Formats: sequence, structure tokens, C-alpha cells
Amino acid sequence: MNRRAQLSALLALPMLWLIGIYIFSLIMLLVTAFWVTDPFTSKVKPGFTLRNFEQIIANPAYASTSIRTLGIALAVTVLSILISVPLGIFMAKVASPKLRAILAVAITLPLWAGYLVKILAMRITFTEDGFFNSMLGPLGISGPGFSIVTVVLTLTYLWLPYMAVPVYTAIRQLPPNLFDASADLGAGAGFTIRTVVLPLIKPAIIAGSIFTFSLSLGDYIAAKFVGGSTQMIGSIIASNINLNPPIAAAFSLVPIAFVVVYLVVVQRTGALERM
Amino acid sequence: MLRLSLGAKFTLGTIVAIALAFMYIPLFLVVVNSFSAARLSSWPIDSFSTIWWEKAFVSEPIRAALLNSVIVGLGATTIALILGTLVAFALQRYTFFGKQSVNLLVVLPIALPGIVTGVALNNTYNRVLEPIGIEVGYFGMIIAHGSFCIVMVFNNVLARLRRINPSIEEASRDLGATPWQTFRLVTFPQFRSAFVAGAILAFALSFDEVVVTIFTAPPGVDTLPLWIMNQMARPNEASLVNVVATIVIVASFIPVWVSQRLARGADERD
Repeated sequence: MNRRAQLSALLALPMLWLIGIYIFSLIMLLVTAFWVTDPFTSKVKPGFTLRNFEQIIANPAYASTSIRTLGIALAVTVLSILISVPLGIFMAKVASPKLRAILAVAITLPLWAGYLVKILAMRITFTEDGFFNSMLGPLGISGPGFSIVTVVLTLTYLWLPYMAVPVYTAIRQLPPNLFDASADLGAGAGFTIRTVVLPLIKPAIIAGSIFTFSLSLGDYIAAKFVGGSTQMIGSIIASNINLNPPIAAAFSLVPIAFVVVYLVVVQRTGALERM
Repeated sequence: MLRLSLGAKFTLGTIVAIALAFMYIPLFLVVVNSFSAARLSSWPIDSFSTIWWEKAFVSEPIRAALLNSVIVGLGATTIALILGTLVAFALQRYTFFGKQSVNLLVVLPIALPGIVTGVALNNTYNRVLEPIGIEVGYFGMIIAHGSFCIVMVFNNVLARLRRINPSIEEASRDLGATPWQTFRLVTFPQFRSAFVAGAILAFALSFDEVVVTIFTAPPGVDTLPLWIMNQMARPNEASLVNVVATIVIVASFIPVWVSQRLARGADERD
């Protein structure tokens, strides 16, 4: 067998699967977004209409949900960075080797605890007569309850390891003499972190942010269980999938568009090549 | 060294402590609440009991959901092992036009939001296949899970293949082994642990998946996460969910531990 035939033999089955099922489904989803729903029978009919997209743009609830979801995804990303950088600096530069090993396991382990389990855990923590309110209630602090704040906290809880692990790894790999040089030149710790550490770990932060951003963008289970009345893009897609599939199909292009725009912006910064 | 003042170290330490509390207290609450006698989770817990554990062990719906999760997980893992290994070999051993696209194609089902994958497959099952008389039923779930699990096996096997010394296979061929003998006796043993680690991760990913499952599960069929979600939506026996969640927490740490041991064992041998 020549090499070309060998390669075809290796790739035939996987490509048949991924293109024949997955890519085909994505294309059919795109096509369905242009189909028509009969308002009386709610049967979907093949055709070509831009009405589904017009409805999405014209409906203020859809626009505000898209913006809210984008805001939530960005907030989760920023919060994850704000936790991961101090965590990474502490682990790499302050903790003893033993404590460092323990912390490295401690930040990766919850990643595997189960997605719904973590949402359930946050639900128990922030419920009306739950842990948060009962611990901080005596201090006069009342928790966020089930609201958009809890959604941001829960999504951060879910996706933090995707940011914390690459950031920690990047800080670990910084050559120690950079810190010596910075200190010798008279920079304080804060100045060193701002002007030496942060620029060098930027690729790791961006790599992590791709996960925190896109995973948050597509989520709606957290909003459903800890968000109270908070709706996200996924909530609208899920509630339309049976009633009005073309609208659901058209609206599911919104998170894809956000992710693609985000990736393009990130690529502009040149961080992807250094990942 | 980074010279941090005592105050700065203290601030960093406090942030780390808060972050860890933020990660572990909620999980701890789930475990503790599974031993609560009350129907609903609350804090502090008034009285402790193992009644929910007893109920969970004899619950027929939980057993059925667990069985479904295992069947789907095993099916998806089998698909992922075959397809993931094939792609890993193709990308590591050959250079060809469109290599990057193939790589992207493998990553795409996990990179796109779960709801997009779920809605897309749901659309194909219900509005393309059903009208022409094909009912995917139970297999719809396995096909969906298989698609996004491929990347787990692919990543693990590819990383290992890159580190295998090609001259060992050449030696095997020079000594007269057939291609199949070389694969079975020389190549496969070298990436076997990565293969197993990939299988464990694929199974864990499938076992934990919710969103794609919601849209691809046939009516009336629950996987364990779907069962948990439905119970959370009707929180009449919330404490029962805590028992199942506790089992999931404990069970999910085991495969991670095993796969890390496998990965480390291989690194030490290299």
C-alpha cells in the first residue's frame, strides 16, 4: 500500500463520521434558520425567509438576552483572571514545594466533580435558608440569592480551573532571574507583577479566557437553577427548539458568532501562535 | 526572587484561602446534606440520618439512569477509541493538505457550545432522519456523545505517538515482522497507557454531559445527570439528589486519579 492509500484508510472512517454527522448537522441547522414555521400548525416547512433573523433583531428581549449573556461571559472571564493571577503567583512564588503540590491538585480536582453536582452545590450554598445567608446573616450581610450575580459566581466556579491551570503553569515557567533583575533595578513587587509578570503570562490568560468565555456563553443550566429569572441565550434556544425550531436555529448562530469574533480578536493579538 | 512584603504575602494567601473555600465549601455542603434527615437542603442541619442513602440504593429510577449512563458512556468511548486513534495516527505519521482542518474538525464538537451541538443533532434526528423513516432513538445519544469524546482519545494518543522512537518500528520490520505484528507487538504496547487514559477521560466526559444529552435523549430515557437535573427542577426530595451527587463526586475522582497514575507511570519510564 502506498502512503496516500494508507492515509485514506486511516482518515476515511473518522472523516465520514465527523463530516457526515456533525458538519452535516451544523449545515442543516444553518439551513433550518431560513425555513418557515406555519403559525397555525407550527409545522416547519422548507423555504427561504429572513423573517427568523428579523424577529431576533426586532425582538428587544432577544437583543437584551444576547447582551446580558455576553456580559455574563465577560464577567466570568474577568473574575477568573482576578482569582487565577494571585493564585498562580502565590503557588509559584510564595508556597513551599509541598504546599505547592497540594494546591496544584486542589485546583484541578474540582474540575472533575461533575457539572450538575457543582450547580447543585451552589444552589445549596446560596438558597434562601442556605449556608451563605446563615453564616453571614448575623453580620448583616445577605447573599445574592438566585440572581445574575449567582450565575456569574457559579459559572466562575465551573470554569475557573481552565484559567487557573494555564496561568499557574505560565508563572512557574518564568525564569527566576527576571524577578532578580526587576528587583535589582528597584522595582517593587506590585510594579514587577504589572510590568514583567502580566505581559509574559498574557498568552496563558488568553488561552484560558477562550474556555471561560465560550463555555459561559453557551451555558443555560446555571441560569435555570441559580439565576432566578435570569435568561441566557441558551434559555431562549432551549425553549424554542420544539415550538419554533427555525427561531432556535437562527438564535443558535448568535453564540457561534460571538465565539468566532472573540477568536478573531484574540488572533489579532498574536497570542494564539504562542499558545 | 519575587520580593513580596509580608502584607502582600498575607493578601495573596487570603485570596488563595477564599478561592479554595469557594471551591470546596459547596461540595462539602452537598456531602453533608446527603446525611440530613430533612427533605430540603438547608443550613444548619437539624438532624442527621442515613434515610436518603437507603432510599437511593433501592431506587429503581436511579438504577435505570445509572445503567443508561454506563451504556452511553461505554458506547461513546468505543467510538472515540476507534476514531480518535485513527485520526491521531493520520496526523502524526503523514503530512497532507488540510491537516489543520482535520485537527479543527476533531476539536469542533467540544469547542462549540453544547447547546449548538445538541440543537444541531436534534434538528437532524427529528427533521431530517425521522421524515425519511430513520428513528435513531437510543443511538442518537451514543452518536452525539461519541462525537465530542473523540478529542479526548485523539489528544492523549497523539501526544504519546509524538514521543515514540520510530526506529523501534523500523527494527521490527527489518527483522521480518508483518505490519500487523509490528503494530500489535511493538507500536500498540508503546501507546497503550495513553489509549487507556484517553478512554477513561472520554468515559468521564460522557458520564458528566448534560446539555447535548437533553436534546438527543429519546423521550422517557434518563441518564444520571438528566435524572439529577429533573430532580432539581422538582425539588420535592432534594436530599435524595444530594446522595447521588455525593456518589458522583467520589466516583469522579477515581478515574482522574487512575488516569494521572497511568500518565505519570509512562513519563517515569521514558
